[in-house]
Amino acid sequence: MKGGRVLTGRYFMMGNTACAEGAMAAGCEFAAGYPITPATEIANRLAERLPQVGGVFLQMEDEISSIAAIIGASWTGKKVMTATSGPGISLMLENIGFAIGVETPCVIVNVQRGAPTTGMPTAGVPGDMVQAKRGSHGDYEIIALCPAAPQEMFEYTVLAFNFAEKYRTPVFVLSDAFVGHMREEVVIPDPEAIPIIHRQIPRRGTDPQKIKGFLDEEVAPMPIFGKGFKAHVTSSCHDEYGRRNLSDLAALDNFVRKLSNKILKHRKDIVMVEQDYEGADVVLVSYGAVSRAAKMAAAEARAQGLPVGTLRLITPWPFPGEEIAEMAQKTKKVIVLENNLGQLYPYIKAEAARDSEVFFLPPRVIGEIHDPESILTKVREVLP
Amino acid sequence: MSEIVHPLHRFLRPNVTSTTNCPGCGNGIAAQAILRAIDELGMTLDDFVFVTGIGCSAWIPSPFFNVDVLHTTHGRPIAFALGIKMGLPHKKVMVTSGDGDLGAIGGNHLIHNARRNVEMTVICLNNGIYGMTGGQAAPTTPLGLKTATTPYGTFENPFDLSALVIAAGASFVARWTTHHARQLTASIKKAIQKKGFSFIEVITQCPVQFGRKTGSGSAGQMMEEYKERSISTKEAAKLSKEEIRDRIVVGELVDKEIPEMVEEIRKMNKRVMGEKS
Repeated sequence: MKGGRVLTGRYFMMGNTACAEGAMAAGCEFAAGYPITPATEIANRLAERLPQVGGVFLQMEDEISSIAAIIGASWTGKKVMTATSGPGISLMLENIGFAIGVETPCVIVNVQRGAPTTGMPTAGVPGDMVQAKRGSHGDYEIIALCPAAPQEMFEYTVLAFNFAEKYRTPVFVLSDAFVGHMREEVVIPDPEAIPIIHRQIPRRGTDPQKIKGFLDEEVAPMPIFGKGFKAHVTSSCHDEYGRRNLSDLAALDNFVRKLSNKILKHRKDIVMVEQDYEGADVVLVSYGAVSRAAKMAAAEARAQGLPVGTLRLITPWPFPGEEIAEMAQKTKKVIVLENNLGQLYPYIKAEAARDSEVFFLPPRVIGEIHDPESILTKVREVLP
Repeated sequence: MSEIVHPLHRFLRPNVTSTTNCPGCGNGIAAQAILRAIDELGMTLDDFVFVTGIGCSAWIPSPFFNVDVLHTTHGRPIAFALGIKMGLPHKKVMVTSGDGDLGAIGGNHLIHNARRNVEMTVICLNNGIYGMTGGQAAPTTPLGLKTATTPYGTFENPFDLSALVIAAGASFVARWTTHHARQLTASIKKAIQKKGFSFIEVITQCPVQFGRKTGSGSAGQMMEEYKERSISTKEAAKLSKEEIRDRIVVGELVDKEIPEMVEEIRKMNKRVMGEKS
């Protein structure tokens, strides 16, 4: 596959390939990674495509160095990404916390697989939903996007780059082996139709002593390297100027809160849901590949005259709590569909249970996506 | 009356007024050697990006050097530095870190980037102990030494970090002690100019943790001992392995010209982009 950055056209394309093309279209200049099933196709594609536009893909010695290298490159002003699966994320978590702590734009794609531990690499199981939010130590907020189709692997990867640049933070694309390996129609638009966001940097020539490059809830300009900003960048507790403070608890409080508030204050700009529950007595809540089964089951239920709606969480993080609570007020029963043992279920229930009765439905076998018929059986069971 | 200012003071970040190093620490000697080397080469700090890991020696440039500094996680500075070099190929990237950071938790990144021969300078402050956490055994601690985590003496063979990096394929490797400030400065100058991965092992005193544990005494006494134990590469070549077992072999151990990775990638991209059009 040869060409420029944006391969405008209609394709029959694998989700992982579409993800790599999304990165290309978003302006990715440097990627680093380590082979792992079921994410490897992203690395393969980037290794072929990035050099065609003067970019670089590096195969690293492990996932720890992969995330470290992209963070380093991001500090030189480059747009960067890495792609892996659960075991790789487990190795990256310390440095993901580092990227959050020093506010580094980067995109991390997790093509989730059967777990725990080495599990079943080719099975599509979104089992790292909470890990993405709480895997690294300490309190922090994260942005995560859940694609349900190869087209969305393209679009959400572009979006992930834009969120990363806008909010100076790591952004997850939480896919799974189903979506990553799925082949479907992918439409890549004209470059002009793809919105691209670049991070803010301080004005050139600003007195380095006066640059407030960190901890601004409205996102501080990033004092990237090589421009004379003389940035001191430490993930240890620091202030707005990047000055380390390891003794004052008020400084720690400021450090933790500002980082989190930077995301939470902008949740309205970030949070995305797909809702279709007008007049529904039962709402199916889902995300990722399972949302395809939910949509199909709801359509079938309505055809049979059953008042069933859907709510799809496109961004599990920041958590769409308000959107879930609002939905729960307008319906009677909520069925949470997840292809795992119920990772987001407790979070969804905490928001929905005030106004609705909340149920959990895994697929018949974990790793199999829900059969729409089994969803309908559950709907009939809980219908008032 | 004009104020007397240290000639290297201009390299320090204006708002930083004190050091975190213990009295007698070898970090100051290494810091001066680095800054002198840069100064003598007629370069400025703005020609550099400094990257550090975790441990006392990470605090040499962070926050003291008045330039871009990335203070990273434990063991990973070389991996971060690789990304920085990819993004800023015309800047000099220097890592300062310790034997624990580079040789234990970060050993993989050390050998793989030596293998890649990525242009960067890695200064390894080897004090043979974990200083910051209070004197635990390092992979460089001499066999049998009693430390906080080996109260009955270590039972592991220590790493020869320079030999490791040479075996991995680095372009330039030198070893000096803090007693050899001038020779160290000269080697740092060479390392900075080297088109490739350069590694300088600095045997350095930690009087507070190592000195106390071993009874080897004050900083001055430890440096005296370095002087006595040191032997040049030339002299060492004449002796048997057994005869130099307790000696510190100092000097430039490797200095060779081999293809450098960032340059090789640049050539590859040129080729790929040429094929495309």
